[in-house]
Formats: sequence, C-alpha cells, structure tokens
Amino acid sequence: MALSREQIAQRVAQELQDGYYVNLGIGIPTLVANYVPDNMEVMLQSENGLLGMGQFPTEEEIDADLINAGKQTVTMAKGASIFDSAESFAMIRGGHVDLTVLGAFEVDVNGNIASYMIPGKLIKGMGGAMDLVAGADNIIVTMTHASKHGVSKLLNNCSLPLTGKACIKKVLTDLAFIEIKEGKFHLLERAPGVSVEEIIKLTEGELVVSGEIPEMTF
Amino acid sequence: MAGFDKVVSSYEEAMAGLTDDMTVIAGGFGLCGIPENLISEIKRKGTKGLTLVSNNCGVDDFGLGVLLTDRQIKKIVASYVGENAEFERQMMAGELEVELTPQGTLAEKMRAGGAGIPAFYTATGVGTPVAEGKDEREFNGRDYILEESIVGDFAIVKAWKADRYGNLVFRQTARNFNPMAATAGKITVVEVEEIVEPGDLDPDQIHTAGIYVDRVILGTFEKRIEQRTTRPSSAQGDK
Repeated sequence: MALSREQIAQRVAQELQDGYYVNLGIGIPTLVANYVPDNMEVMLQSENGLLGMGQFPTEEEIDADLINAGKQTVTMAKGASIFDSAESFAMIRGGHVDLTVLGAFEVDVNGNIASYMIPGKLIKGMGGAMDLVAGADNIIVTMTHASKHGVSKLLNNCSLPLTGKACIKKVLTDLAFIEIKEGKFHLLERAPGVSVEEIIKLTEGELVVSGEIPEMTF
Repeated sequence: MAGFDKVVSSYEEAMAGLTDDMTVIAGGFGLCGIPENLISEIKRKGTKGLTLVSNNCGVDDFGLGVLLTDRQIKKIVASYVGENAEFERQMMAGELEVELTPQGTLAEKMRAGGAGIPAFYTATGVGTPVAEGKDEREFNGRDYILEESIVGDFAIVKAWKADRYGNLVFRQTARNFNPMAATAGKITVVEVEEIVEPGDLDPDQIHTAGIYVDRVILGTFEKRIEQRTTRPSSAQGDK
C-alpha cells in the first residue's frame, strides 16, 4: 500500500534528531510537526521570521500578527524568537538549519528539483524554496512517486523549471525512501506491501537496488 | 514638522510626492504586517505605472491586490503571488509584468539597497530560471549568481509602535520584510498602531532606528487573517 500523507510525515519524523532546527515546507512537510518523538526537542523555523513555531492557536489565542510561512495562524513555543526576513534567510542561506523538508513536482538522478512552476498553468512563485534548497545540506523531499496516471516523477532529467540544481540527496515518496548519489537513485526502503518491481516500474531514472530492501516501519 | 519630529497627520500628507511610474517597496508577508492604509491612499490617489516590490501582492480586495483593480501596477517584484484572480488574469494577459524573486534574495535586495551595496552574490537560484542573464562566479568551489539590490522611490512600512523621531518597534511576525523595506526607500513612510514620545521606547529594544524613517502616521488596522487555523481550546479536550 502506498503511504498516506500522514505516514509520509511519520517516516520523515524518524529522521529528526534531538536539538535539530528544522524548516518544514507547506503541505505534507507541515504534518511532520505532529510526529516529533516525545523524548526529543526540535525547533521549527518558519521563514517569515519565527524560530520556535508552536501549535495552532485556540480561538481565543488567535493573533493576526503571528503566522507561519503558509500564512496560517500559529503560536510560539517556549524559547521562540522573532526576526526579520533578511535575518531569517541568513539562517537558511548560512547553513544553520539542520533539516529542511519540502515538497516537489519532480526530482532527477542528478539531485535537481522542480517544485515551483508549471509553465502556462501554475505560476505562483518559489517563495523561500530556492533559498532553502540552495542553503541547506540536509534536505528531504516528500512527494508522490508518480502521477495518478502512473507517470514517474523521479526522472532522468526534470522537465519543469528547476528550483535548485544538484542539491537533493534524499526523497521520500508514498512508495519508497530513496537516496540520490553518483547520478543514480538508490532504493533504501519500500512502503509496507509495495514490491521492488512496482517501484522500479514507476521510477524513470536509473534505480539501484542492492540486496534485500527493507519495508518501512512505523 | 520640526527637528526630528516625523509625525504627519493625514494619509494625503504621508504619501505626498508619490507620482506615476515610481518604485514602491512594501513591507508585509501575505496580509500580515502590511501597511494597509498607505496602500488605500495609493489607491485613492490613483497613481499609475508603479513598480511594486513586495513579497506578495495581497488578495483581490485587500492589501496590494486593491491596486490591481484600476491597473495601477505596471510591474511587481515578488516571491509568491497569485492569491487573487485579477492578478492571474492580468499576468496571463501580459498586462502586468512579474519578476519572480526568491524570498531570501528579495529580502537581501532590500537590505543591500538600504545599506548602499549595489549587488551581492548568492547561491540561491543557480541553475534555475532566476539565474538567466545574471553574472555567475565561483567562490571556494561553489557557483554563485550576482543579484542587484533594490532602492525604492518610496518605502511603505507597518510597525507596531513608533516614537515621534521615527524609531520603530515591530510586533511578532508582522516584522517580516518591514525593517528592510524601511531602510530601502528614498522616502520611507511608516504607519503604526501607537505613537509615543521620544525617550519612551527603550533604546535597546528599538528594531529600526529613526534615521531611516521620513514620515510616521497613526493608523487603525483591520489586520485581516489569510488562513485562520485553530486547535480546539483545552475546555473542549486539548491534545
């Protein structure tokens, strides 16, 4: 079975480490915050100028001056700090954020990522994504492995305009956990009940499968 | 006005001198921390051919989006747009020029512009459409592109408090692009929720020094929320 959005988030959360500063993109990555292990402290960075993002506010706590990068109302966690946008991107570009999780339309065997534009169709802009992929060393891309029609999104060459070049090393899809190195995809784990053959079939770029591929555990 | 007193009493006075084809830098992220009344004044004035520099462009009936109705914007430099139908229509029809700029690059363009730095190198955008036509250079084995800074004829800013000398304090994430915008305007206009006397703000707690600010006006704000997300209150069973 392909992973649900929640399960993707849950698997990403297993990559968190105690004391990590983490930037979570909009969509599935945001859900990762719900699966931070109890024995662990992580601090969420929101690029509009908040380090230490808390949970959503109660109706009484809502404050129009306090939002996250998805423009949702939020609260501040204990020990939070506020700063301006230039400072926020100094953290991101300066490589101070430990883990970045973001979505994508396509990735390819060279670690290129396309996530912000579909010419003629979706032209809303890159927001902070280009800065995040250029500035971070440790990035996990979350995405569906293929389109509804079975067209692979893990490609030899991205077909859409790039968000970043040669910057992605880890991809978690609804079917597989994949590492990108030396111009190839490497299969690390598969979703429970999904066969290696299925993953190969839905991966356009070269996929290295070495040995027994374990199922993800939750 | 006398000495360092920057306070003006009308929005007309606040935006005096803004004329067609000028460049305006605006603070704000989404609808958070936007100079909503200064935007309304630009709409009222009917100034046209504007180049706007702002992270976003508001929604159909609020924020910078209201300047689309009468086609006052010629060009927008932003990182994320299209939260409004009219924006998309004008962009697709080629009536509105859009320069998509990565968010960190946009913030740095304003910061550098205000600091007298004409351009800077960044890794953001290398190998993407953003790099097209830009100078590329390698430092320590990594590629960077040259990005030019931005200075506005006007900067419009929203702060929480100001003193009469234009020292500013922002509140929570309504700070966002506002401090950089404040430095990057030839004329910087700030609207605030409260004006206090010089000396009332703790100098250690001032976010933007009055030297960057030309005019201050007291406003009242709608503060519209774009995505109202909540959790149940503890009475209803908090997790």
